[in-house]
Amino acid sequence: MRQRKIIPGVDPKLLIKDAASLMPDPARRGFLRGAASLGALVFLTGCDIIDGDTAEGVLRKISSFNDGAQAALFSRTKLAPTFPESAIKRPFPFNAYYDEDEAPAVDGNAYKLEIAGLVDNKKPWTLAELYALPEVSQITRHICVEGWSAIGSWQGAVLSDFLKRIGADTSAKYIWFKCAEGYTNTIDMPTALHPQTQMSFKFDHKILPRAYGFPMKIRIPTKLGFKNPKYVVAMEVTNTDHGGYWENQGYNWFSGL
Amino acid sequence: MTAETISTTPADATIHPVWVRASHWINALAILVMIGSGWQIYNASPLFKFEFSKHIALGNWLAGALLWHFAVMWVLVINGIVYVTLGLATGRFRRKLLPIYPSEVLADAKAALTFKLAHDDLMHYNAVQKVLYAGVILCGILIVLSGLSIWKPVQFQELTALFGGYDVARYVHFVAMSAIVGFLSVHMALALLVPKSLRAMVAGR
Repeated sequence: MRQRKIIPGVDPKLLIKDAASLMPDPARRGFLRGAASLGALVFLTGCDIIDGDTAEGVLRKISSFNDGAQAALFSRTKLAPTFPESAIKRPFPFNAYYDEDEAPAVDGNAYKLEIAGLVDNKKPWTLAELYALPEVSQITRHICVEGWSAIGSWQGAVLSDFLKRIGADTSAKYIWFKCAEGYTNTIDMPTALHPQTQMSFKFDHKILPRAYGFPMKIRIPTKLGFKNPKYVVAMEVTNTDHGGYWENQGYNWFSGL
Repeated sequence: MTAETISTTPADATIHPVWVRASHWINALAILVMIGSGWQIYNASPLFKFEFSKHIALGNWLAGALLWHFAVMWVLVINGIVYVTLGLATGRFRRKLLPIYPSEVLADAKAALTFKLAHDDLMHYNAVQKVLYAGVILCGILIVLSGLSIWKPVQFQELTALFGGYDVARYVHFVAMSAIVGFLSVHMALALLVPKSLRAMVAGR
């Protein structure tokens, strides 16, 4: 565990958990090290077919299979449970692979959301234009891949409405998001078209603070937290899976809830 | 009728048919991987004021543990469904595990704790064994259902709600794991103390 650092307004326990345990271990190639000591794979160590890289390859193949299984389980109409105002976690935890003071500080005046890929109108969107979109609100549970959860309140535009507005080809497979700090994320089109998938500009009815992803977060209550990109500066409608920051390191791609 | 009920002489009686032995050892491997990777996942966001040692947690980091957990879950669940289906269909569960009388459980537990409980006849379980084996099967069902409600709290939200919500389901999953680990400690210790029971689970008799 790293040294605990107190940041005002942020639950230090959750923050440190994120920073320390989500970070890849430098020695993580030794995928099986824990297994040998557990004794679980004693029966398999006699043969060389299960070395670290092979095991990781097999596990990643099963993870892709699980992407398909989760896509099949995903309902386009089933809504994530919603909660009353009183259930909102305050302060809502900041979480990222960096400390809050390293979070990107995006200049709202200069900001333009870049649109790319299979869309009719690729005109970039200013913040004023985005704020003028019809606003919807949701109070849903954010669930982190680490296991903890927190209920938050987000306001913004329905992503599927926005996709229609810009003439996106919604028969394409993916939407790829790029963020100010270089974070990236790809989601499947059925999830992008889910009625609760939101381009969020506000948290708890106030303009998104820097900690929660100013100026725009993609709020997806049907996916784990790391599939909810913050500081989004560009989106591309595509048939090519561009992967994502955590997915490329071994986290499950679909990560649906 | 299965072999075990028509056998007349205990010497050549099959104690565990091959489907029991196969599913037992597949389950043994699967549950160890699920527990080890589960400990690593727990460490990413501990529910209590302790963490599992890195040396006994599987997967090396959270992503590795999750890959293990969500790969081997298929083995655990498919094998578990086969085992429970055959256990019910062949009547083995009813024959071996029922009935369970609390008075017998208490008497046998007392005898076991004072090392007076005999294990002469492997064909018949004493009341303590019945309770533990029936209990661990129920824990297995509980850990799978609570696991599903943590994995898919939107798609299976009715199940998650049944457990009292996402956060409570995590505790249920942890408690079921603890119960299974407790069972395993007793189970493995006794298999070593009564080696012929281990032989029966390998060779069948």
